[in-house]
Amino acid sequence: MAFYVVQFLTGLASAASLFLVASGLSIIFGVTRIVNFAHGAFYMIGAYIAFTLTEWLSGAFGFWGAIVIAALAVALIGVLVEMVLLRRIYHAPELFQLLATFGLTLMVEDLVVLVWGPDDLVGRRAPGFRGAIDFFGQNIPSYDLFLIVLGPVVLGILWLLFQRTRWGVLVRAATQDRDMVAALGVNQKWLFTSVFAVGVFLAALGGALQIPRDAVHHAMDLRIIVEVFVVVVIGGLGSIVGAFVAAVLVSELNAFGILIFPKISIILVFLVMAVVLIVRPWGLFGKPEAPARKTPGLTVNPWRPLTSNERLAALAALVIAATLPLFAGNYALTVGSEIAIFVIFAVSLHFLMAVGGLASFGHAAYFGLGAYGVAFLAKMAGLPMIVCLLLGPLLGCMGAAVFGFFAVQLSGVYFAMLTLAFAQIVWSIAFQWVSVTGGDNGILGVWPSSWAASPSHFYWLALGVAALVTIALRAMVFSPFGYALRATRDSLLRSEAVGINAKRIQWTAFVIAGTTAGIGGALFAYLKGSVFPDNLGISLSVDALVMVLLGGVETVSGAVIGAIVYKALNIWLVSQTDLSKLVLGGFIVLIVVGFPKGIVGMLETLAQRRRKTSPPGSPLLVKPIESAE
Amino acid sequence: MRAKNYFVGAAFALLAGGMAHSAMAQDIKIGEINSYSLLPAFTEPYRKGWQLAVEEINAGGGVNGKKLVVISKDDGGKPADAQTAANELVSSEGVAMLTGTFLSNIGLAVSDFANQKKVFFLAAEPLTDAITWSKGNKYTFRLRPSNYMQAAMLVEAASKLPAKRWATIAPNYEYGQSAVAVFKKLMSEKRPDIQWVDEQWPPQGKIDAGPVVQAVAAANPEAILNVTFGADLVKLVREGNTRGLFKGREVVSFLTGEPEYLDPLKDETPEGWIVTGYPWYSIKTPEHDAFLKAYQAKYNDYPRLGSIVGYQTIKSAAAILAKAGSTDPEKLIAAAEGLSMPSPFGEITFRKIDHQSTLGAYVGKTALKGGKGVMVDSTYKKGADYLPSDAEVEKLRPKD
Repeated sequence: MAFYVVQFLTGLASAASLFLVASGLSIIFGVTRIVNFAHGAFYMIGAYIAFTLTEWLSGAFGFWGAIVIAALAVALIGVLVEMVLLRRIYHAPELFQLLATFGLTLMVEDLVVLVWGPDDLVGRRAPGFRGAIDFFGQNIPSYDLFLIVLGPVVLGILWLLFQRTRWGVLVRAATQDRDMVAALGVNQKWLFTSVFAVGVFLAALGGALQIPRDAVHHAMDLRIIVEVFVVVVIGGLGSIVGAFVAAVLVSELNAFGILIFPKISIILVFLVMAVVLIVRPWGLFGKPEAPARKTPGLTVNPWRPLTSNERLAALAALVIAATLPLFAGNYALTVGSEIAIFVIFAVSLHFLMAVGGLASFGHAAYFGLGAYGVAFLAKMAGLPMIVCLLLGPLLGCMGAAVFGFFAVQLSGVYFAMLTLAFAQIVWSIAFQWVSVTGGDNGILGVWPSSWAASPSHFYWLALGVAALVTIALRAMVFSPFGYALRATRDSLLRSEAVGINAKRIQWTAFVIAGTTAGIGGALFAYLKGSVFPDNLGISLSVDALVMVLLGGVETVSGAVIGAIVYKALNIWLVSQTDLSKLVLGGFIVLIVVGFPKGIVGMLETLAQRRRKTSPPGSPLLVKPIESAE
Repeated sequence: MRAKNYFVGAAFALLAGGMAHSAMAQDIKIGEINSYSLLPAFTEPYRKGWQLAVEEINAGGGVNGKKLVVISKDDGGKPADAQTAANELVSSEGVAMLTGTFLSNIGLAVSDFANQKKVFFLAAEPLTDAITWSKGNKYTFRLRPSNYMQAAMLVEAASKLPAKRWATIAPNYEYGQSAVAVFKKLMSEKRPDIQWVDEQWPPQGKIDAGPVVQAVAAANPEAILNVTFGADLVKLVREGNTRGLFKGREVVSFLTGEPEYLDPLKDETPEGWIVTGYPWYSIKTPEHDAFLKAYQAKYNDYPRLGSIVGYQTIKSAAAILAKAGSTDPEKLIAAAEGLSMPSPFGEITFRKIDHQSTLGAYVGKTALKGGKGVMVDSTYKKGADYLPSDAEVEKLRPKD
């Protein structure tokens, strides 16, 4: 019995650490709607700075002072980031801020290694909380007890702050309806900055408090960021109490789950999230979001098919690209194939995000399923390459059909997080089912048949498929189905009122996007000759998001450029410099500031402006939409 | 709009193609790939190690009179990116062979690439048994003692312990799984009386140490096998110390004696664990003294195990290239099979039968000295003594 009590308390201590970080994220998201990918980075910097300070300062006051100073210092960095970077892009399309914070995260990962060195750092234990307390023969670390108390205390302080202060009232109002708060004359700028500072402070405090029990190292951020997102979503976005309950739920399920299934930890949080979201689409304590007043994918420039001149130009570009094998070497061709494959992957997500208004955080699942489909067919059934390429993506199609059915019942960030949960579940199956998938050692020896083996042939194949896929998806955008899909994106209520079966349309779009991603994955398996669980992983999903956002989410096929720029730059930087993450992150941040509509979106706006100034084309049509924003 | 897209693509491709340097006739190039950005704690000393080796080789006249050049790439911890890097090194840089890699899945990906493209590959660090056995191929050799070898070394010591009830804690991925599997198999062969009472599989890098320690303690084992390392190990040790998990229990632990993983533990280092590792401070052989002196003179820092691996990888590569007198992969394989050479740990041989080197490891016990973790009572275990019989290896490895 004593054991179960202690295990429960241990779970509570884990929950407290998780809650501190998650509460900050929840507050930031609730008010600013920023998906703050850099939250883990702030957590990590908090730990690093606290480490340095606790090594300098001595004594009990020194230790606890150092923790608080570290959190305050990082909060200050947060304020700087908010004022210099995020303030510029609050009006950019949804999720664009994710790109900015992603860029920051990349930079921070390299910076901490530059500043603090590559070794894992182990900080001091907390003065007064070094030992353990005996509980019927079981030991409970006193620091755990400290955390168990701290969690509810922080929850209480936050509750008082939100319920009993004017600032809290404004924050709650902004969480519910920020446009209305602005209309009532509240200075949103400072409200956002202060909220961001509080959120970052909590993240950094959470990081600093890990010093007595963890090692400080450069991958701490990624370890925590996904988990806290999940906790925030399970609890319901913007709900602090929800975040607390979710943290306790997840930690306790883990603490007791490992007694029965020792391998459960790897997937537990995602399983819980999937179940919660299917049963309660807005999380445990969340409220249904009011229908958006602002259309999500508001197209400043109305979409139109390419003119015949533009078509010729695109064709010419394709022909030029097809001549690459005449003068480029094998390496350039293989890189070209890889880029073409990522164009397929990115346009498939772009279709879902830009046309359907459904941002998936787990799109790699279908890419990876396509790859595994090919690997199974080629290695187990021994089928020839053509058949594998045709049938392999069907696995992606089936996965998308099953998961998409559940996912399209939700919208916004809940949709995104459910797709993430599904992707992680697929990933963990690939990771754990060693006898079939080979586990993390993957499936090797999936090489192309002789007709496609040479780099130039494979390049032509990948380029051809990429061109076909892009054309097909474009054609679909301007088909009746595409119009219906855009209608569900722009106004769910109105589209249903005119008789569109929104869920079915969205589900179909999900399956189309998943199958297309599967085609990319199938080619990728042959390009690399092997398949690994990485092909289904979070980092690949994030890559796809970045490509789409970089290209411009309000464009018809901006993802093509996004994919080419991001992938080419990534490969080139990794090959050329040891600080590729720092440079790439810096580049992304610059793009975000310089091109808040994405690269293609910005080019289109510029072109539009030029058109507007010269001939009186159709300014009447454009202007009202612009001002409606 | 797409016009621009393809133009950009072509421009980048041109750039990439143009960067291919034409190989200087008098240089021999080796391509090296490792997870520099993902695992700097290991790869920084590793890089220093191979850089020292390159310097020594070129100071001694290079390889058959030609200057040795190592071109190094980062794989970011992803198998797919490792293959891109391997392709660049082979197609564009024209390297004579590939070396390096840390993670097992990346080692396997590059080994499969090498097999497909018929390139010689000397895997430095990946520990998986598959790379020389179940997924072995004729183009791939491996330097470090494998999972099996390290398990066999530990079992030799562990089987002498009186403990009968054993629990295991290992990261939930291939390395942890196969380390536990081999250890259990070899241990149960020697000690049929042993019971396995609990196993914990925290996700790699994400251990929730408190509940794991409690769960193991609840099974009340007499001894524990640990396979976690890095930040996970730190958390496990801290929680285990506070909760008294290791009190009165024997612990056998993979890799913990390596300075990379032992040094961060500082004054919290648990005492008396049986570990594999690298006690650079207590190795007194002329080969190691020479290496240590050169390393400390160049870097003003002590070597980690990564330094040895990096150093010996390039030394081995140079020895193979020198004997082959050519960069033809078939000749390199012929030269490498059965080739013996000196190393800081004494003479090693690349076995013909499975392309595994006989580099060994030190087995000893952890101790605290002046607030720092060290390995004491350590002895060098030769790799050759801890491999299964040739007949068994024949069965494990597919025919080339």
